[in-house]
Amino acid sequence: MSLELEPVVTGRPLPPSPTPGPMEARLRAVRDSGRKLLIPYLTGGLGKWADIVRAVADAGADAVEIGIPFSDPVMDGPTIQVASERALAEGATPESVLSGLRGIDAGVPVLAMTYYNLAFHMGDERFAGQMAEAGFSGIILPDVPMEEQGPWQTAAEGAGIETVMLAGPITPDDRLQRLCDMSRGYVYGVNLMGVTGERQSLGEQAETLARRLKAVTDKPVAMGFGISTPEQAAEVAAVSDGVIVGTALVRRILDGGGPDEAHRFMSSLRSALDAS
Amino acid sequence: MTSQTSPSFMGEPDPSGRFGRFGGRFVPETLMPACIELESAFRDAWADAAFRSELDGLLRDYAGRPSPVTECHRLSEELGLRLLLKREDLNHTGSHKINNVLGQALLTKRMGKKRLVAETGAGQHGVATATAAALMGFECTVYMGEVDMERQKLNVFRMRLLGAEVRPASSGSRTLKDAVNEAMRDWVATVETSHYCLGSVMGPHPYPWMVRELHRVLGDEAREQSRVLLGGADPDVVVACVGGGSNAAGIFSGFADTAAELVGVEPAGGAAVGGGVPGVVHGMASFLMQDEWGQVEEAHSISAGLDYPGVGPEHAHLSDIGRAQYHPVTDDEVIDAFQVLSRTEGIIPALEPAHALAWVIREAPSLAGRTVLVNLSGRGDKDVAQMMDILEGEQ
Ligand SMILES: Cc1ncc(COP(=O)(O)O)c(C=O)c1O
Repeated sequence: MSLELEPVVTGRPLPPSPTPGPMEARLRAVRDSGRKLLIPYLTGGLGKWADIVRAVADAGADAVEIGIPFSDPVMDGPTIQVASERALAEGATPESVLSGLRGIDAGVPVLAMTYYNLAFHMGDERFAGQMAEAGFSGIILPDVPMEEQGPWQTAAEGAGIETVMLAGPITPDDRLQRLCDMSRGYVYGVNLMGVTGERQSLGEQAETLARRLKAVTDKPVAMGFGISTPEQAAEVAAVSDGVIVGTALVRRILDGGGPDEAHRFMSSLRSALDAS
Repeated sequence: MTSQTSPSFMGEPDPSGRFGRFGGRFVPETLMPACIELESAFRDAWADAAFRSELDGLLRDYAGRPSPVTECHRLSEELGLRLLLKREDLNHTGSHKINNVLGQALLTKRMGKKRLVAETGAGQHGVATATAAALMGFECTVYMGEVDMERQKLNVFRMRLLGAEVRPASSGSRTLKDAVNEAMRDWVATVETSHYCLGSVMGPHPYPWMVRELHRVLGDEAREQSRVLLGGADPDVVVACVGGGSNAAGIFSGFADTAAELVGVEPAGGAAVGGGVPGVVHGMASFLMQDEWGQVEEAHSISAGLDYPGVGPEHAHLSDIGRAQYHPVTDDEVIDAFQVLSRTEGIIPALEPAHALAWVIREAPSLAGRTVLVNLSGRGDKDVAQMMDILEGEQ
């Protein structure tokens, strides 16, 4: 009987660190210059993803989120599920996606978006170390709430990886403040109750959350989930510091679109944000 | 209903929802308020005598509790041991699942919600949830893997008859793990009006603890009933099948603080505890079948109810500390056990508890002369068509 095993994850959050990391500093500077942040998401390992990262950066993205495909993406709707399944079927692994970024000089910060088991299985420190080595600046782990961030963030901070926290429409005020304090890079506001996927229209929830976030933090606030068109992007950016657009881009890639199509779509979002 | 004396091998998890190094709450921020609300609603209800007595009344008058303990004279003689069965197959809806569902349905009412979302593998938890929804006038949506909908057609029809909507989970392995993913995706979008009626001792805190407490009734009954049969003694060994682990948690909780050995039986193609690799999925840290990169693997077994690559965190902990042992059995052993119990005792078991019986039959020589209590978690009606194909296909 061994009762002295280390907890798998201790469940103890870290105190906030006061100094912004390099990604946050850069995004703050962009925001402070009056430009709205445009942050596309695309699934790593899918088709010509590396070329698409370059194309969206060239079209005016301020940072890029790369999904590391996971077998059980519970926060993702059908489009990103299909993209993940396809990438996995094409042989994508955490290592292939991480190393795939090495050759890319996107010129903007790149984040990973994935689910915790991939990091946990490899070991927090090793995963964070490999991310840093491959040139990643940050990470988003939607299935790790504040209470469970401790061990991951210890490893991430050690490797210089900035962990972006998500806030939801029904996150109470006290949690909102704490997660903004804990977040690095930017704060990810989830526009709606639900999973990723395009929506015809975004309700008042997005605007309300954006305003609540802006009231409690001076970190960049980027809003995502459901944004499908340049008009929606402009609408949400008007009350926040910028937008994250995932499914609308991934759908184009799944439909066969390459770097040119991604560039066109990203440019249309960029123009809408710049005009607003 | 006996209350918990502490310290116990199966007491409360720590404040972060951990049993030793397992458990926790790995859910999107969108679901955190609901998990916190559920924990406090359950604590409150569980300490409320009126809630407990309403639930006891439902379990008695609606579900048919207590379920008996049956001594298997013929099979005992054949095996050279003394075999007792806790007859959860005799509950309304045909399995232990109803205990948990009635508790969660009352809790749903207490929280002012009107819709239940559930996942199901074999369909037993889905049928139990649809039943409770009909009883209480709730809306009900059940997610079921496409593969399982085919294997367990009868239960799909039952759920629809009871007024539930059955939605196929058509991604991934299209079995129980994918049904859990779909149910969580639904819950993320509807959490303000819906309760996720999780069907086993898995998921984020407080589910593993709450679902075990709601099944404790079967363990407490079984302990008292066996003591009557055994002149005040406890069985030497208590055996249950383990998918997520709810029927096992229920019966183990009645015996964790006795001298009885506790044995969980996993399908060879879905032995999460047997594999012993920790992972994080479906809101919990536990043992998890996964590949070299941490991608969750598909479980494969003859029984849809045990086709789950993970296991409830408390079982991972009981295994860690050595309080319970977990062993695998093969599909062939299960097919054999299914027939043996039918022929020797006139009881057609579900394929899930046939796993527990299969272990007893295989290990009979080393169990000689001992008293063994098996949790017969469900009846075999739902499996008869599948078994007919298998057995008649052989001829
Ligand atoms: C009769 C029966 N037993 C056991 C199980 C497995 O669940 P658990 O391991 O939570 O008891 C099921 C699941 O469908 C079942 O129908």
